Amino acid sequence: MKVAIITFPGSNCDYDCWHAVRLVGGEPIYVDHRATDLGRVDAVILPGGFSYGDYLRAGAIASRAPIMRAVRAFAAEGGPVLGICNGFQILCEAGLLPGALLRNRSLRFRCHPCYVRVERTATPFTAACRPGQVLQMPVAHGEGRYYADEATLARLEAEGRIVFRYCTPGGEIREEANPNGSVAHVAGVCSEAGNVVGLMPHPERAAEAVLGSEDGLWLFRSLVDLLEGRLARSA
Amino acid sequence: MEFRAEIRILPRPELLDPQGKAVEGALHGLGFHAVRAVHVGRLLVVEFAAPSFEAARAEVDAMCRQLLANPVIENYVVVLEPLAQPVEG
Repeated sequence: MKVAIITFPGSNCDYDCWHAVRLVGGEPIYVDHRATDLGRVDAVILPGGFSYGDYLRAGAIASRAPIMRAVRAFAAEGGPVLGICNGFQILCEAGLLPGALLRNRSLRFRCHPCYVRVERTATPFTAACRPGQVLQMPVAHGEGRYYADEATLARLEAEGRIVFRYCTPGGEIREEANPNGSVAHVAGVCSEAGNVVGLMPHPERAAEAVLGSEDGLWLFRSLVDLLEGRLARSA
Repeated sequence: MEFRAEIRILPRPELLDPQGKAVEGALHGLGFHAVRAVHVGRLLVVEFAAPSFEAARAEVDAMCRQLLANPVIENYVVVLEPLAQPVEG
């Protein structure tokens, strides 16, 4: 199973993603942002970092890079695409996911472990999870406050497209568990078909016990299990 | 013809603007108690060539829609003016 990891100038979680994909038995390959073709791959990851120095708006310039045309086509065909942190910002800027990520309400860069509750298991990256399962993963961002206007948010709720919400270690949705002021405590959302997923926390930084949590592996394991036929395809 | 476009970008008014709030708080701290609101945005200056004023207006609007502003979170205003042509002789 081949997973393309797109590298932009300023990506800095690309090797972490590579390592996490290897840990679950996948075959990661790097694809440069200037490429116009993904080649034959089974999934795409847009890693975290500060692509183009976050100039203009976080993810704005990367979302217009040449490779994004191929990513868009891959997503349109139902290919699994995961955007992590800056990758989530890029997917929103590209219009592949609704909404936008704004400056944290606190105006501070938040860098600490947090908890998210799995709200939807019908995605390629949560298929192996239990509904309501709590995952511990770190956040590391200055612009992670998810925003969508009321109509968009109502639609996301109605269609079950909120994939992760910030929560307490016990899985309760509380204001103090929300690190950035995201509307409706949203930590991650998916596309209409469910195959494109973006989230602010870093699953690849929670991929080994020595890092404090292995919970992030659930996302990578879901993908591999689904693609290798060990899980039923529901998204 | 050469044109100069000033693109003023501000967060949409319904959005929480923590930067604006922080600056407002600092101004109050300095004694500027009359300050009722502060909004922090971005100013871009783009110089470019276009065959006419109308074409320049259309071009800069396309730039804003495709890259410079994000309509989900931002409003923008364009101030467009022709650049003074060099005087011959």
